[in-house]
Amino acid sequence: MKTRQLAVLSGKGGTGKTSLVASLAALAGRAVVVDCDVDAANLALLMPGSDGPTESFYAGRRARILEERCAACGRCTEVCRFGALTFQGSRLVVDRLACEGCGACAHACPNAAVAYDDNLAGDWWVRPVAEGLLVHARLGIAQDNSGKLVASLRKTGRELAERDGYELVLVDGPPGIGCPVHAALSGVDALLVVTEPTVAAEHDLRRIVGLAARFEVPTGVVINKHDLVPGACERLERSCAELKVPILGRIPFDPLVPERASRGRPALAASAGTAEALADVWSRAQEKLLSGEPNGSNPHLTGA
Amino acid sequence: MKIAVASGKGGTGKTLIATHLAWALARAGEPVTYVDADVEAPNGHLFLRPEIAEERPVSVAVPAMVRPTCAGCGDCARACAFHAMLAAKDRVIVLPELCHSCGLCLEICPERVLEERPRRLGVVCEGRAGPIRFLSGVLDVGEARATPLISALASSLSAEGTTIIDAPPGTSCPAMEAVRAADLVVLVTEPTPFGLHDFELAVQMCRALGKRAYAVLNRVGLGQTPMDEAFARHGTPLVASIGFDAAISAASAEGRMADESSETLKKGLLELLLRLGEDWQSLSPAVNP
Repeated sequence: MKTRQLAVLSGKGGTGKTSLVASLAALAGRAVVVDCDVDAANLALLMPGSDGPTESFYAGRRARILEERCAACGRCTEVCRFGALTFQGSRLVVDRLACEGCGACAHACPNAAVAYDDNLAGDWWVRPVAEGLLVHARLGIAQDNSGKLVASLRKTGRELAERDGYELVLVDGPPGIGCPVHAALSGVDALLVVTEPTVAAEHDLRRIVGLAARFEVPTGVVINKHDLVPGACERLERSCAELKVPILGRIPFDPLVPERASRGRPALAASAGTAEALADVWSRAQEKLLSGEPNGSNPHLTGA
Repeated sequence: MKIAVASGKGGTGKTLIATHLAWALARAGEPVTYVDADVEAPNGHLFLRPEIAEERPVSVAVPAMVRPTCAGCGDCARACAFHAMLAAKDRVIVLPELCHSCGLCLEICPERVLEERPRRLGVVCEGRAGPIRFLSGVLDVGEARATPLISALASSLSAEGTTIIDAPPGTSCPAMEAVRAADLVVLVTEPTPFGLHDFELAVQMCRALGKRAYAVLNRVGLGQTPMDEAFARHGTPLVASIGFDAAISAASAEGRMADESSETLKKGLLELLLRLGEDWQSLSPAVNP
């Protein structure tokens, strides 16, 4: 039994990643779904079910001044590169939003007056859903450990899939091309990039396709709202050809998608044309991206 | 006065609001700086079409061995909180993508074999879009750390005139770094369950940073999720509403400003400007924490 991992990313936010993932899960019928957009996790809104127990995710640490030992010499403030230590009058205080827990202050302190507390970076849950399991999280506000939390969720998703015999892990990724996106992309078998015919989405498509090439992940493109602006799609299609990424489907603009979402239903439950287009995306993704051996040795594509 | 345009959710219209707000202020004779702080997916230039006069590379300091061998004691690897150093028998291997540039390893090494070298993360572009001073950070594809680029942008800002910061989505460090630089935050959201959920997270981020926030509701009519209760509960007044408009979609598709063609955008911008104008006096940077 082989488990395959398919990531959905976009570069630009708001192109429809989460709606697509919820629909693909329904079309696949059986999957472990991992919401890796940990600072704005929305998949749980489309995949009803009861969460299992809340699990805490600890990552990193934060400095704390032991006042009884602190001589207020200020050496820590000189070595801290994050501006996390400041004097309030003659007291030293730690800005816990700025502290990265590096340990430089403790090393510099002549009085051993710095202690460290483990940092609660977020919470995560496993939710049984109609299609299988949803692994999702909430990163603590203003936390800096999104990449680590994504890596941890991915690991949990993979282990659950292997334990329970799931053949598919779907990864709903964050926007952008930085740290948490690297964690969402690392080691997946294939990538679907959701884009739309706007100059901004096209610009960011180029960046995410460039990143996928570095990770050597076979990539396909889904064009969402392809018909929203007449004629706008052609330029995007030329860009895909130039980037050598296949277009695996075109989804129409459908005002019923947000309407269904507000009732907790995926895009698949919107208009018939939308459902048909999504089914088409899923069958082409299976054929073009998921038919090879797991982990990158796909016979159809050699990466973007 | 520095205004960050932010949102929890991506794609709600931050760049639409930020670019048009910059233009509207510039047209009124205000000295304006527009800053694209969404360095992973910077799009403001596609609409403002600036002439870039200068590109400044942004680097972080990463340790490197300055001698071919060391005693291999491994003290640096044990001290590194980010697991960015691997100790071998007679040398250390630095994993630059994990390094946070804290400098502790240089202090720890008994033989002083480490020195810092710059590692490029991206560029800060500076130029002008007509009357607007334009700044944009662009993360190199393949680099993971967006926040130092945003810090570099923040340090290029002047206190004069009005600065509009187009923030990245989310509520973690990149978004926080952009919002931290502002005196006031405009949160753009949409009437969908995703918009509502992520708006509430963004409000919490503003609160954690001690920043006052206003709400702008975009794409009214596309999605029916009631938002008023959340705006009231969080003390985030709704200062402007913009309807879903095919004219805005068309301008987004082509990379044009949309305020000439979209009445609802024009009206929403005016509402936002009026509210900002009312608060102008009471919101001088000096009163902020």
